[in-house]
Amino acid sequence: MEPILQIKHLTHTYGIGTPFQRSAVEDVSFDVREGEFLGIIGHTGSGKSTLIQHLNGLLRPTSGQVLLAGKDIWAEPKKIRDVRFRVGLVFQYPEYQLFEETVYKDIAFGPTNMGRTGAELDRCVREAARLVGIRDDQLDKSPFELSGGQKRRVALAGVLAMEPDVLILDEPTAGLDPAGRENLMANIRDYHRNKQKTILLVSHSMDEIARNADRILVLKGSHILMSGAPGEVFARGAELLAAGLDVPQITRIAMALKARGLPIDPAVYTVEALERQLLALRKGGAAC
Amino acid sequence: MAEIIRTENLQYAYPAEEGEAPFYALRGVDTAIEKGSFVVVLGHNGSGKSTFAKTLNAVLLPAGGKVYVEGMDTLDENLLLAVRRTVGMVFQNPDNQIVANVVEEDVAFAPENLGVPPEEIRRRVDDALAAVGMSEFVTHAPHLLSGGQKQRIAIAGVIAMEPECIVLDEATAMLDPVGRAEVLSTVHRLNREKGITVILITHHMNEAEDADRVLVMDDGKVVMDGPPQAVFTRVEELRSMGLTVPDTVDLMDRLRHHGVDVPLDTLHVEECADAIAAAFQRN
Amino acid sequence: MLKDITLGQYFPGNTIAHRLDPRTKILLVVLYIVALFCAKGIVTYALLAACLAICVRISHVGLRQLVRGLKPVLFIMIFTGILNLFFTPGTRYVVEWGFLRISDTGLYNAVFMVLRIMLLIMGTFLMTYTTSPISLTDGLERLLNWMKRFRVPVHELAMMMSIALRFIPTLIEETDKIMSAQKARGADFESGNLVQKAKAMIPILVPLFISAFRRADELATAMECRCYHGGEGRTRLHVLRYAPRDIIALCLGGAITVGVVVLSRFGL
Repeated sequence: MEPILQIKHLTHTYGIGTPFQRSAVEDVSFDVREGEFLGIIGHTGSGKSTLIQHLNGLLRPTSGQVLLAGKDIWAEPKKIRDVRFRVGLVFQYPEYQLFEETVYKDIAFGPTNMGRTGAELDRCVREAARLVGIRDDQLDKSPFELSGGQKRRVALAGVLAMEPDVLILDEPTAGLDPAGRENLMANIRDYHRNKQKTILLVSHSMDEIARNADRILVLKGSHILMSGAPGEVFARGAELLAAGLDVPQITRIAMALKARGLPIDPAVYTVEALERQLLALRKGGAAC
Repeated sequence: MAEIIRTENLQYAYPAEEGEAPFYALRGVDTAIEKGSFVVVLGHNGSGKSTFAKTLNAVLLPAGGKVYVEGMDTLDENLLLAVRRTVGMVFQNPDNQIVANVVEEDVAFAPENLGVPPEEIRRRVDDALAAVGMSEFVTHAPHLLSGGQKQRIAIAGVIAMEPECIVLDEATAMLDPVGRAEVLSTVHRLNREKGITVILITHHMNEAEDADRVLVMDDGKVVMDGPPQAVFTRVEELRSMGLTVPDTVDLMDRLRHHGVDVPLDTLHVEECADAIAAAFQRN
Repeated sequence: MLKDITLGQYFPGNTIAHRLDPRTKILLVVLYIVALFCAKGIVTYALLAACLAICVRISHVGLRQLVRGLKPVLFIMIFTGILNLFFTPGTRYVVEWGFLRISDTGLYNAVFMVLRIMLLIMGTFLMTYTTSPISLTDGLERLLNWMKRFRVPVHELAMMMSIALRFIPTLIEETDKIMSAQKARGADFESGNLVQKAKAMIPILVPLFISAFRRADELATAMECRCYHGGEGRTRLHVLRYAPRDIIALCLGGAITVGVVVLSRFGL
């Protein structure tokens, strides 16, 4: 099947012709398969924010292409808005973009811009609200009366209501406490499972990426450093650490155990997986 | 050891809208902070931890009970400046606490307010910037710095008051892992080298690993109090309060449930690996 | 687009133009403006333009940056130019084209008016480019200190100004972010008539205002935590002291202004 997004030799250079000229993204190519959950990780300044703003046409590449379902998104610049409806982008701290009098109206902003009205509009607003766990009685409230975590859910619903084929989330859990983070990620996982829609999750947190993504893209200094399934990426834990990137704590424990001579596969990233390995090892050891 | 802050039955209520009961964010906190210690206050959003922080230098005044800073009652208006120069505060959003367009001017802001003579301000600014490792940025514009660097400037701005104690009110919440590590190592160094008492409010469990003491707050009260090794062994209780435990502790907890003889109080990766290796070699 | 705004931007440096006392620079700009408004003919304009050129040279500020500062007032310049060009009655008409007539005085006035605005803006920008906003407000505060006797809140105004300057880049960045976020939801700022365009601004302005108020609130708390209690008993890191170079600069500036006034008497 054709990938839903194809990024081909994408380069973006800021401040061309000024002393501040620098490339935030340089010759980056990758594909996104339909329905996959792709994690993107990298430091601040690794170019990930610039990269994702190309995928829905907020930024135009200096060179290279972005193909959505096989078609260059800049083929018809006048229709770039349609691309934004198909590739939904949720920015960092999205609660700061809320502006309407009621939660309902705010969620309806996107779909209204798409030209949806009446029952169709009502359906997508309510469904988006339900997906992120906003109750019906909260829809008529002012978004500014809600708690921080709830505001973020409303902002997320505002993008989901456009029913995009691809959903891009930039640090969706930044600033939330552990319970808030877990709840929001659970909503996102449910959405992915039920709707089978493509998700790109950008995060600083290796743990969060490791637990959710099918495939990981590691960015460093405007380039792709590595990509692959979580197990493959974390198997190169030492390289990640050398690049100044975080490695999940569990992977680091596994690496430390291996260094102490225990026959552990360090390509693990969940507590459960390491627990299983250790218990299996104990059984095997006891049998000897 | 002497104590720097003492709270007695500290209560705080946020003013309510008409017809509604006021919301009590603090419901009787009794605690004392030792001079020179590194204390981490943990709690989920709405547990009262941030309100607690703001009562420590009279940003918020107790609705009931008392807060004493070096014996000074924070309710006494005449002591306000003395309290605030003793307990400095760093907030969450780095952009909203930097006053000036040039780093050195910003760091100088507090001593200027205190009427410190210019030569002395110069010395303090240079010392403070050196203490947070930002000396090379003296004449930079703060808005061009990274989040971690901005927070270090904010810390320098507080250090320049020469306080006894710094409170970091979720000062790492908006930072990326690199920025968080920068800020943490900076405050640990200040604590170690200058003997400044540090009170760090956070919901990142890992930041408590190297603390002397951890206070866990829930529903406006301190519900756990002790060294991190002791607090984190109470896995079930922490979970029930919407907090997580570090993965190291989680793993040990699971292994213990399967009858593996490992301790629960290993917070660091290396300690944890040592303990597991030891247990498996005994087998 | 928003990044083009250069108002209040400061280019750090260590030239004599940077090291002059801000009060000196403010006074020099005042003198320069007085001279500009007295100037009448080619000689005086050339003299002032030459002065500006020398100052620009000394200050190491790029001419391109200075010219870019003219962009926001381009409209005013064109407007003034056209107004003077077509609506100044004169004795002799250079061009006559239907009801549009350009007189010789009109042409003369238009050129000089535009030149005057350009020199004025560039001179003022040269000051803001070489003086940090903080020392600029500091200088203003000291210069206007005598007004405190008449209960003018000089310190508070100066503080407000420096905080406003500090937050300009932050708010510009924030506006950019909000615009991108709303565009991602299909907001359209470009098409439609004036009313529709104005309406399209609501999704930007509401979040921007809310955030500005939140920032103001947090900043006020942070300032109080750093013992801010008004201007009383405040000291400064950088104490303003007139150095010999300030006195020389002021004397030079005064002499040139007097020169311009005298020359303009002779219609030069």
